[in-house]
Amino acid sequence: MRIELNGQAREISSGTTVGALLLAETGSARGSAAVVDGEVVPRSTWDSHELRDGQVVELITAVQGG
Amino acid sequence: MDDDTLVIAGVELGSRLILGTGGAPSLQVIDETLRASGTAMCTVAMRRVDAATSGTILDVIDSHGVRVLPNTAGCRTAREAVRTAQLAREALETDWVKLEVVADERTLLPDPIELLDAAESLVAQGFRVLPYTNDDPVLARRLQQAGCVAVMPLGSPIGTGLGIGNPHNIELIVSEAAVPVILDAGIGTASDAALAMELGCDGVLLASAVTRAQDPLAMAEAMALAVRAGRLAYRAGRIPKRFHAQASSPTEGMALL
Repeated sequence: MRIELNGQAREISSGTTVGALLLAETGSARGSAAVVDGEVVPRSTWDSHELRDGQVVELITAVQGG
Repeated sequence: MDDDTLVIAGVELGSRLILGTGGAPSLQVIDETLRASGTAMCTVAMRRVDAATSGTILDVIDSHGVRVLPNTAGCRTAREAVRTAQLAREALETDWVKLEVVADERTLLPDPIELLDAAESLVAQGFRVLPYTNDDPVLARRLQQAGCVAVMPLGSPIGTGLGIGNPHNIELIVSEAAVPVILDAGIGTASDAALAMELGCDGVLLASAVTRAQDPLAMAEAMALAVRAGRLAYRAGRIPKRFHAQASSPTEGMALL
């Protein structure tokens, strides 16, 4: 299925969870978080929250900043 | 460490210098300046995951045992700032946030209306809010009333290095603050940081002054010393300023020469 990930189209397998996507994209569960269709996904639900076709996903992480 | 410890929201911090990590040319420079500054807390921003990024700033911060303070830099509205804080809470598992809501790119000055709005929302959601604010005593008061755990007035606009433009306002904010006052933004060199502390601020937050210095490592050490010196001077109680001279040597007992 197809989602929009950080502004770009992306194919992912159906059933992919937020937690799996975060781990695949960042290599770590620390320091990153996800917004799906405008809603911040709580960490406690990452591994149960399955993404659906056409959803808009933003993955963010900590970077240098004042 | 002595008994003069900075405490924010019940948490003791081992240093009154808070370091921003923005503007550093490399993670190695951050690593070195964290060590040289002796800081106990440093800020990070939240941005899109970039697959090209290698190594994470959190690994560097964690290796120093330094507390991480996410910011909402770049946000222009309360809504964006609240959303960013929520993301940071899930990402970093901290409810502390340096709240920034700026009005425009040219000045990066805080938008007071959006800032207060965001602060009230975040406090209601259980966040520990440390707002980056104007050097406005009335706004600082309103932010405290909203439940912020510190107020962080600017010395001058972010990245300018112009120092403290309105020391009187900073003193006013300090004089009526019931929460720690952290001078945030505008520090250019060590004397600016010392002045902030002499004015009674509880701490200093700076980034560019160190990360963009010609020798960041040396400047980090200079800032650590300046903050400490300024704090000691504030607690020691400076002499009042006088218009005319006052001899320090005895005026009596002069020999007839």
